[in-house]
Amino acid sequence: MRARLVLLIVGIAFLALAPLVATAFDQLFYIDLLRRVMIFAIAALSLNLILGYGGMVSFGHAAYLGIGGYAVAILAHHGIHNGFLQLGVAVGASALVALVIGAISIRTSGIYFIMITLAFTQMLYFLGISLDAYGGDDGLRLAARSDLGGLVDLGNSTAFYYLVFAVMIAFLYLIHRIVNSRFGMVIRASNSNEARTRAIGFSPYPYRLAAFVIAGAMCGVAGYLFVNHTAYLTPDFMHWTRSGEIMFMVILGGIGTSVGPILGAFVLLLLEDLLSGMTGFVGQHWQLFIGLFLVLVVLFAKRGLAGLLPGAQRND
Amino acid sequence: MNAILFVEQTLNGLQFGVTLFLMAAGLTLVFGIMNMVNLAHGAMYMVGAYLAVAATQWTGSYLAGVLLALVGTLLVGVVTEVVALRTLYERDHLDQVLATFGLILFFNELVAIIWGRAALFSDLPQALSGHIELVTNLRYPVYRLMIIIVGLLVALLLWYVVTRTRLGMLIRAGASNRTMVSALGINIRLLYTIVFGFGAALAGLAGVMAGPIYAVQPGMGELILIQVFVVIVIGGIGSIRGALAGAIIVGMVDTMGRAFLKPALGALISPTAAEAAGPALASMLIYLLMAVVLALRPEGLFPARGH
Repeated sequence: MRARLVLLIVGIAFLALAPLVATAFDQLFYIDLLRRVMIFAIAALSLNLILGYGGMVSFGHAAYLGIGGYAVAILAHHGIHNGFLQLGVAVGASALVALVIGAISIRTSGIYFIMITLAFTQMLYFLGISLDAYGGDDGLRLAARSDLGGLVDLGNSTAFYYLVFAVMIAFLYLIHRIVNSRFGMVIRASNSNEARTRAIGFSPYPYRLAAFVIAGAMCGVAGYLFVNHTAYLTPDFMHWTRSGEIMFMVILGGIGTSVGPILGAFVLLLLEDLLSGMTGFVGQHWQLFIGLFLVLVVLFAKRGLAGLLPGAQRND
Repeated sequence: MNAILFVEQTLNGLQFGVTLFLMAAGLTLVFGIMNMVNLAHGAMYMVGAYLAVAATQWTGSYLAGVLLALVGTLLVGVVTEVVALRTLYERDHLDQVLATFGLILFFNELVAIIWGRAALFSDLPQALSGHIELVTNLRYPVYRLMIIIVGLLVALLLWYVVTRTRLGMLIRAGASNRTMVSALGINIRLLYTIVFGFGAALAGLAGVMAGPIYAVQPGMGELILIQVFVVIVIGGIGSIRGALAGAIIVGMVDTMGRAFLKPALGALISPTAAEAAGPALASMLIYLLMAVVLALRPEGLFPARGH
């Protein structure tokens, strides 16, 4: 356990110091790269709450990334740049959409659940494509980044980096608290044995739905940050391959582990960046290697990267 | 509503429906028998389309090209099953979704390496490229008509194989109780490979036939794959009957929605609002249908028996 704690502290210290180092060596590109990675880590963290702990295999988590993004972009399009208001709308809209999708999807299970969450996200994706007033297929340039008053200037690369970093750490802690609360116990219990959970007097449905809504709202925050990061919104925020990627981050890092999703996001996105930056055959066809990597990880590294770290508990 | 237009769109819907059915048949069997989610099924559709274009150019004959493409897709399917997917049958759905998602990326990039990223267009033989006058004033492309006929013939053939042959009996038995089938001395692994291979070949056939209508390009299998998932979820996973019904329903609803929703909405609400909402609603229609079906009948319309 101690080795894991040391690794966690080293990781956090690295991320906290990274912008200073990057600035010192004038490699500002890395600040942007790590910021993007951390935004996806937030999305993966939120998915892990329902996928890892709740056993709900949502194949449509990119929907909330899109809702968060559209909330900011549409408000900005109409001249409303107040970042707090935008954040409120992004979180509220994501939670509301998650409530509707969850209320229907959670009645089903297994493969039907995977398919119905995918179908709902496809619906939103096509809705985004047909919203011609907001860019339709081509997307929409963000007129200005969210205005967070004097608090954080999102135009400042480093300041924005630390905001994303803070949100990620806060969510990591929040999910840790949720999972270990009475509420989280019920979520985990109904994942490992639904019949027994019912037998001791809990109906899983409302608990699962609540977790689904929390995860949606958290991913909405990731969408809010992501659209500010790219400064450009496209329906591709909600593309189904994006949902697949977020899901893969969770699995790669280690399903149902606290820091696993963050680890997964880092490894996948940095690997993608590394491969696509290479010259020649590898750089041109990097997706071939990512695809193979994905297959191999699923076939051979069942417990994910967190399972390889020292002190990993064996509970199966 | 114009009657000729309506008949024409009905035929288009039927044509899209049978294409969906060819894909859905393999996918639903793999679901039903191996309990396996196979996202890479769309890749087989793409492989079929590419192989048909390449083999037609190579042999100079459309028919030879089509046959070679079918055999080729069958082989690709068998190899994929033996190398990668076989070990996934016992895993949970999550692992299957991710591994086959990886295969999609792999196959998309593989065809891009071999044939390039630009879309390919293939020519039809003279005999299939014209129009035929079905009734007065309704001229319909021969090729689309042929797709409908081939699709219905394949459906009939599948029905015969599944209900009237020994192989079909094994397939049905495998779907209802795997352990019992292998206890009776049937080589279940071989059966799985056969089912997977022929499922891939059917997807390949769908791709071969779709090639001349849509562009042949990397990633072409993905959109139709998701639509096929809608089909089998509506029809009931594991059921061929359900796949056929679901495919026709989805094909019709999608085609009719795209053709008539905008004018129909225009009559109800203002034309400008219909202009905006019509296409959006039309592309969401089948997903809405699926949500409604799942909310009312979570097992689909024709659930497979024996589960």
